[in-house]
Amino acid sequence: MFNRLFRLSSYTAALLVLVILAGIFGVLYYYARDAIHDFGFWHFITTSTWEVGEDDEGGVFGGLIPILGTLFSTGIAMLFAVPIAMGIAVFLTEIATEKLKAPVGIAIELLAAIPSIIYGMWGLFYFGPMLQRLFGGQSNSLLTAGLVLGIMVIPFMAAISRDAINTTPAVLKESAYAMGATRFEVVKDVIFPYAKRGIIGSMVLSLGRALGETMAVAFVIGGVFRFPHSLTQPTISIPVLLANNFAEAGDLELSAMFYMALILFGISFITITIAKFFFLKDQK
Amino acid sequence: MNLAMETKEFYFTYAGAEAPTLKGIDMPIYANKVTALIGPSGCGKSTLLRSWNRIHDVYPGNRYEGEILLYDKEGNEENILSYSKEDELIRLRQRVGMIFQKPTPFPMSIYDNIAYGLRLAGIKNRSELDGRVEKALKGAAIWNEVKDRLKQSAMGLSGGQQQRLCIARAVALKPELLLFDEPTSALDPISTGAIEELVTELKEEVTIAIVTHNMQQASRVSDYTAFMYLGDLIEFGKTEKIFVNPKEKLTEEYITGRFG
Repeated sequence: MFNRLFRLSSYTAALLVLVILAGIFGVLYYYARDAIHDFGFWHFITTSTWEVGEDDEGGVFGGLIPILGTLFSTGIAMLFAVPIAMGIAVFLTEIATEKLKAPVGIAIELLAAIPSIIYGMWGLFYFGPMLQRLFGGQSNSLLTAGLVLGIMVIPFMAAISRDAINTTPAVLKESAYAMGATRFEVVKDVIFPYAKRGIIGSMVLSLGRALGETMAVAFVIGGVFRFPHSLTQPTISIPVLLANNFAEAGDLELSAMFYMALILFGISFITITIAKFFFLKDQK
Repeated sequence: MNLAMETKEFYFTYAGAEAPTLKGIDMPIYANKVTALIGPSGCGKSTLLRSWNRIHDVYPGNRYEGEILLYDKEGNEENILSYSKEDELIRLRQRVGMIFQKPTPFPMSIYDNIAYGLRLAGIKNRSELDGRVEKALKGAAIWNEVKDRLKQSAMGLSGGQQQRLCIARAVALKPELLLFDEPTSALDPISTGAIEELVTELKEEVTIAIVTHNMQQASRVSDYTAFMYLGDLIEFGKTEKIFVNPKEKLTEEYITGRFG
């Protein structure tokens, strides 16, 4: 009796995930259908204008700039974050002494728990101007957004990777050392392959977080509908576009924004699926 | 009789511990013989074995005192406790191999598991690698079982096969001394028999030291036995002597199963 009840409830819970996923997709599609009808797919994603028509009626809406803004800021974030997060994870597990492990480990977890808006404010008032002094251009830019995103996901990625690396059995590492491997060789040949699943998982989760991040990016990307001709120019990303324009949007613009949301949903889904299949395909 | 290693007035203290775990160990290891270390849990037998290739150095803060002399074929000695640089330790671990309690195949193919240590040692030539991998697998009596699937993952082998693979991996480096740390504690009786047979065959080529909590195993495979208790070496001698006619009362009590 209990067995059946338990089975049923866990089954329902699992099913709920699929229902929510399909539900969100359905709602996005429903509200986006006017824009989909008016602009089509290729046309929408290759158009770089976002203009409201006369008297807030109609207009021309294209998603190219926010799509590129999202992809580039996330790409910069990952390029910046992955090597640093891996360095932190390896340091915390293999190099740091016991005395250092605890404080640095706790600091990483605290950083991971800071709300993203704080990263945004820090980026706006301190980090952006600093980048401007170093690289020129504007202080709110694609580069600032990418690096703030990267800094934001580093602690998260490092903490999960550290936990994955910690699952490597001591005796496995010892057997590599016992064959004359150096510390670097043990990390490269034994620990990374063994902890691969968890490490890739940490990257995929961070990627998802970076793709959808709104507040931190809204502060530092500039929020202008303009194609950035260099990394130090401002642009806009999909979540920032949605957050900025929702309040005063007309009917067609609203529909176009739901279309954008649907595309963001698609981008997250596709990148995460590709990441999983590409990196984990030869795992048993 | 030639010496392979000699431990003199050896003390070992774990990081953070006040008292030493090993207290003044003196014992020889004779070349091309099997030396067993026996004693109840916590007596320090694994700690001693793990000192002989300085694997304790993987963790910071452990302390060694005394001398551990490693002899080469010509009888030249080196005190392995004097090593401090990473490449000295690497050289030591290539001369003194180790097999662990549990099989520890690396997450790679059977071939690469064996070739790994050889590549670390700087052997890149494909045909030389092939030859030495085959020789090592034959030496560890596992060649016939794996020769058709060298490219497959080593994780797919059975526990006993994995342990023989680990032995092959160690043998491939042509070590002078092989340390076995309870190599059969995770294996079934048949696989255990295969490993014991292998140990007996290997001593033609290499000196062996084996930690075991199984006294029958010690008496079956070893030529010399050291009995340890609470960090002291109580008695060292020929295996028949230790098992049939021990000098010390404590040894006799342990051998006859009065404590353990």
